Amino acid sequence: MKTLSHLDELEAEAIYIMREVAAECEKPVMLYSIGKDSSVMLHLAMKAFYPEKPPFPFLHVDTTWKFSDMIAFRDRVAKEKGITMLAYTNEEGVAQGINPFDHGSAYTDIMKTQALKQALAKYGFTAAFGGGRRDEEKSRAKERIFSFRNEAQAWDPKNQRPEMWSLYNTKIKKGESIRVFPISNWTEKDIWQYIKRENIEIVPLYFAAERPVVERDGNIIMVDDDRMKLLPGEEVQMKKVRFRTLGCYPLTGGMESDAETLDEIIEETLSAVSSERTSRVIDHEAAGSMERRKREGYF
Amino acid sequence: MQSLLKFITCGSVDDGKSTLIGHMLYDAKLLFADQERALELDSKVGSRNGEVDYSLLLDGLMAEREQGITIDVAYRYFSTENRSFIVADTPGHEEYTRNMAVGASYADLAVVLIDASQGVLVQTKRHTRICALMGIKHFVFAVNKMDLVGYDQEKFKAIKKDIRMMTAEYELESMHIIPVSATEGDNITMKSDNMTWYKDDTLLGYLEKIDVHHVEDEDGFLLPVQRVVRPDHTFRGFQGQVRAGSLKIGDAITVLPSKETANVKSLLVGDVKVDEIVNGQPVTIELDKEIDVSRGCVICKDRKLEVSNLLSTRLLWMDDSHLVAGKNYFLKLGTKMIPATVMNIKYKLDVNEGTHIPVDRIYKNEIAKCEIAVSDKIAFDCFDDNENLGSFILIDRVTNMTSACGIVLHSLRRSDNLTWQELDITRQFRAEQKGQQPKTLWFTGLSGAGKSTLANALEQRLVSMGKHTMLLDGDNIRMGLNRNLGFKEQDRIENIRRVAEVAKLMNDAGLIVLTSFISPYANDRQRAREIIGTEDFVEIYVAASLEECEKRDVKGLYQRARKGEIPNFTGITSPYEVPEHPDITINTADKAVEDCVDDIIKILGLEA
Repeated sequence: MKTLSHLDELEAEAIYIMREVAAECEKPVMLYSIGKDSSVMLHLAMKAFYPEKPPFPFLHVDTTWKFSDMIAFRDRVAKEKGITMLAYTNEEGVAQGINPFDHGSAYTDIMKTQALKQALAKYGFTAAFGGGRRDEEKSRAKERIFSFRNEAQAWDPKNQRPEMWSLYNTKIKKGESIRVFPISNWTEKDIWQYIKRENIEIVPLYFAAERPVVERDGNIIMVDDDRMKLLPGEEVQMKKVRFRTLGCYPLTGGMESDAETLDEIIEETLSAVSSERTSRVIDHEAAGSMERRKREGYF
Repeated sequence: MQSLLKFITCGSVDDGKSTLIGHMLYDAKLLFADQERALELDSKVGSRNGEVDYSLLLDGLMAEREQGITIDVAYRYFSTENRSFIVADTPGHEEYTRNMAVGASYADLAVVLIDASQGVLVQTKRHTRICALMGIKHFVFAVNKMDLVGYDQEKFKAIKKDIRMMTAEYELESMHIIPVSATEGDNITMKSDNMTWYKDDTLLGYLEKIDVHHVEDEDGFLLPVQRVVRPDHTFRGFQGQVRAGSLKIGDAITVLPSKETANVKSLLVGDVKVDEIVNGQPVTIELDKEIDVSRGCVICKDRKLEVSNLLSTRLLWMDDSHLVAGKNYFLKLGTKMIPATVMNIKYKLDVNEGTHIPVDRIYKNEIAKCEIAVSDKIAFDCFDDNENLGSFILIDRVTNMTSACGIVLHSLRRSDNLTWQELDITRQFRAEQKGQQPKTLWFTGLSGAGKSTLANALEQRLVSMGKHTMLLDGDNIRMGLNRNLGFKEQDRIENIRRVAEVAKLMNDAGLIVLTSFISPYANDRQRAREIIGTEDFVEIYVAASLEECEKRDVKGLYQRARKGEIPNFTGITSPYEVPEHPDITINTADKAVEDCVDDIIKILGLEA
């Protein structure tokens, strides 16, 4: 008998999880960050429920500092796929002028963590899909696929519910919610290979091109719009760069690369000497910073 | 195409599980440079005096680093030229056994570590037993810390003998025993120069080539239905993941438990039309005619499943609160979620000796054989024949905790001999004859709170309004129907179950029933609600503080309980769980009885 390939197995697991949530959870939503993992998640959701559209909306937490290419991509993809795309911005933070240059970790908290909490509360979502993977970070490696949040949307890592076989327990009390990570067991390499196999469209920023950048604290930061404030001694240069992860442009480090095609990206990924999260500026904080943010409600 | 091996590492605490995996990743050059740098940085402040501490690669939670132990299972992903691996590194402390079981339920192979200087420990046996319980058929025993016993071959041989004795009772498909040192790196990825007497594979070498592919004995098709998809009136499909066999267009299928049949009209894998679907695929099945299929049903071809409401099971208890017979849970098996009762505990398994110990309660991390009844017939299989349709979890109905995981040993057939007899005179007819809506008014509260007084007064009022009623009082029932029950937890559960069943019969007879029982456990009141039916059940919480009740002490019971003369007395030596969302709350401390009765009549909408 035919046996499934490694990618087929991962795909089947993710689709099973999505269908379980749709069947058992009261009001699910899929978080959509516009990155490659979100593109894979959207693709899986389209497959999982075909010939229906995914029976839940998608939610993008917009910090207003995303690359402009990302926003254009989001709007076009939502239209083409015929899905409901909700965008949420913490307007209070915008009014206070919170930005990534002046406010550091407070920015991440207010515009991402707090914004996400506000959005989930506003719509009353009881389950939210995320594209987190266990190979990204050590505290993620310990998180269940169905990860419970208390009424304050906080995670209790010391008291996770047992998760046996593929028997997911989706029962929650009023006010509690679940974060669900269907691609927990995928690696960065799996993501790229799947994108290639399934011909999934991703934001062009993943591919190397000449882009205006500055070097800051050892990171290559793209000057995406005129809100980027240059520090003394910094100058904008054109460099051939690509991004391994996408987020807010002032906080996303690019890498110099000639990889213009998926094959070249996969080639580069396989021989990479650093893990993908090094390009996220916030992850360089003290050990345990990710766990701390998650306990506070970060995705 | 590369194959995938999912394995776990387990064994007692400090046997070096995290270190072993860390060393394997490090040696096999499977780390990114930044992870390697972080490891070296972390080690400087760690406990190995600046030597690389490989365990830090895996112990990712802050509490784990602080305490130097593994609390929860960590997943790692790596591939060599020959194979892709997912490894679950599991905690060794007995306290965290359930997290170890989580890892075991996901794995095809277990690497059990044994400290060469300690030999086979109770925890080694426990982990081996849980791995076997969760369905693992392939084991590697890594006898670790060989450096601490001078790489002594005799020592290794003695442990090897103990391992063989320990595993004799299990039906394993493969087993291998390797002497290693996780800190020094002997026989992890490279052959050890210190143990030239060991000629076999290194640990990684063995993991790269072991075949864990399970050959199915039966080739029938199984698909537990996850959801029904109906985008428009022209299409109705059943979605799920194939759990055995294959299916083609035109094949005849049977749906269980209803046993209805149909033929396959079309098949989808994801969003692609296909002619055949196989085990493991996420599919959508369209049938040639409309039959009753919903989530929790199983679509089968050429495959017999058990259909019953009684299951004989072996389970691992994972909840902090213990299990007693009679408790009610949700059972999830395949895609079916259904109310279930643990009917009885046959025995507890001694993890050390494997002997059966008769007990009446099961505590966290214990393995027991239990009989479970579910509220309706479901389709399932024995775990040995199909892992997916033979495994289940129990969910606590109040806390939502996953209280247990278990496997089905076989079905119990005695339920097949009973069928529900439909009666000609219906419940509705009897109710209409009496001109009333039957209800059960369930009074709960501490002894002395005023339940009986209030229930009595309310019944008098109802009768004076021309209603037909019956009052079931705690003490009276215990003198008759429930004379054989005491006050231990399982007896209290049974007491309430019988009362609920009697109340339901009386509701069926058209009566308004008032019950007056302390009924201290939320779980039991919930179960009474389910037996009687949510629409007919009214929970009335008679609220009075313990101080107030003790002050009243009408029957002198509190005084005796305080002296220790009455064991298990609610409020003193046994808990009372206050209702979270009662239908009616009555505070008897600040109101006359008649006013309380007025309130209840009003809330029930029964005023003239």
